[in-house]
Amino acid sequence: MNIEELEKKSIEYRQKLLRYIKNAGAGHTGGSLSCIDILNVLYNDVLNVGPDNFEDKNRDRYIQSKGHSVEALYVVLADAGFYPEKELETLCRYQSHFIGHPTRKVPGVEQNTGALGHGLAISVGSAIAAKKDNLDYKVFTLLGDGELLEGSNWEAAMIASHYKLDNLVAILDYNKQQITGDNEAVLNSAPVAKKMEAFGWAVKNVDGHNLEELVETLKRTPLDKDKPTFIIANTIKGKGISFMEKNIKWHHRVPNDEQYLQAQEELETSMENLLKV
Amino acid sequence: MSQVKTTLKEGIPNLEAFSKSVQELAENDKDIIAVTSDSRGSGKLMPFAEKFPKQIVEVGIAEQSLVGVAAGLASSGKKVFAVSPACFLTARSLEQIKNDIAYSNNPVNLIGISAGVSYGALGSTHHSLHDYAALRAINNIIVVAPADNYETDKAVKFAAESPFPVYIRMGKKPMPYLSEKDDFEFGKGRVIKDGKDAVIVGTGETVWPALKAAQYLQKRAGLEVGVVSMHTVKPLDTNLLTELAEKYPAILTVEEHSVYGGLGEACAAFFLENGYNGRFKIIGIPDEYTVTGSQLEIFEHYGISGSGIASALLKLIK
Ligand SMILES: [Mg+2]
Repeated sequence: MNIEELEKKSIEYRQKLLRYIKNAGAGHTGGSLSCIDILNVLYNDVLNVGPDNFEDKNRDRYIQSKGHSVEALYVVLADAGFYPEKELETLCRYQSHFIGHPTRKVPGVEQNTGALGHGLAISVGSAIAAKKDNLDYKVFTLLGDGELLEGSNWEAAMIASHYKLDNLVAILDYNKQQITGDNEAVLNSAPVAKKMEAFGWAVKNVDGHNLEELVETLKRTPLDKDKPTFIIANTIKGKGISFMEKNIKWHHRVPNDEQYLQAQEELETSMENLLKV
Repeated sequence: MSQVKTTLKEGIPNLEAFSKSVQELAENDKDIIAVTSDSRGSGKLMPFAEKFPKQIVEVGIAEQSLVGVAAGLASSGKKVFAVSPACFLTARSLEQIKNDIAYSNNPVNLIGISAGVSYGALGSTHHSLHDYAALRAINNIIVVAPADNYETDKAVKFAAESPFPVYIRMGKKPMPYLSEKDDFEFGKGRVIKDGKDAVIVGTGETVWPALKAAQYLQKRAGLEVGVVSMHTVKPLDTNLLTELAEKYPAILTVEEHSVYGGLGEACAAFFLENGYNGRFKIIGIPDEYTVTGSQLEIFEHYGISGSGIASALLKLIK
């Protein structure tokens, strides 16, 4: 997919995820907006996975460790054809499978997640299995920066480098905020790059909203032969909506009618500007 | 007690039986993987590691990741045995068991080694007296405590092929073969000895002392006491429990676990809900600072012995 098409998708996904969050009256708005560009690039240009090959042993895996940003995943999976988008109208409703964290009851979801600090170890297991089977699929996982405080990540990080899992790519949605406030103020996990390098990973910083850079980087993994790859995607929580950006109040706030209209107008303007170019 | 001669065929520790079984499996199946947390020695997996170096994944002393990595392997088609001391496996990694294994239905086989009070004098940090209770309250995991080498072998081989998660806990004391019947199935208790006056329902390493108690009571008091190995603690064999309730005027359960939330309370709930009006007693480890000593001494202290169970049963039916 070319960059322009991807750009258009990013705006559409933002429009959709806000619509379904608004409809459900629940959702992790800020985090979904910060990671949506990453998911867009993964599912439209990087991952070898879709409804047609989801049962194939050699499909690429995407495991969303920061499960709470599930609305981003749901709109992308719908667009990939795993289920009709209309089903998202049931988000968080009684007896719907579209709950507030990923579950395999939803087609296209690779692993059940939601408790923080689980996805990396599961991804490590899947990447080890690929090596054992001599299969060339890759395993991608998306981590939150608040999530990095869970000690289990650091166990899994050691195991990944010990086994030289160059088929494993962890992407950090580095928006530098978590529910209580700035990472730095809550409990500082910086410097992340140095830590991951010390844990034996190949690390690269990218702009997590620059689709071209994301495509270039995510398509060219591993960064280093015999090392797992860690992509620090520098992002902005609430990205794309002026009054949500970097405002921690939007971690899991649902827009009221007025805010919703304003947000959709802003996205409409972004779309017009994009199409003008 | 010592006067009662048993003619049971000698066995090895269930842990070693596990090791043999998993080697037999690996011989013919490259998808069999053992995951260890620096626990291959205590899991008796040194020979496995030597014979099948490509089928063992060492994660280091990191039980949470042991379970997470096992989940990833299982979801990618491997038949996984995650092997770690029961005390750590079912406490430190409980959230991984709940989410990555049970909720996600990743069919990992969790092997809790040196379970219960097998570690004896190493103390409560190393005891697992909570595992039945913790895992019973989690949907979608089978909880198994084999009584002898036969049950261990069967449980391990069934687990390897089962499409659902299984937890099997075992100890490190040699166990004799308790029965010659070849009738093991998950979820089906085994009648080790028939009776009529009372029945003892044990699980894991308490079935042997239960059998000793029954033999003693037959010899010394002329009582016909049945013995059941309820190797699958969850799901409970409610058909067998119904038969026991119809047949026996007294039922005693015995387990190497806290009296809270284990086999005994599970049976009690079933009997009460189904109108059993015979006598009933639970033997297990009471809710207190566990006495110090070897497994055998701890068993003796809390009446999990042939004589202890026999006298509890006499009191129950008096
Ligand atoms: Mg964050």
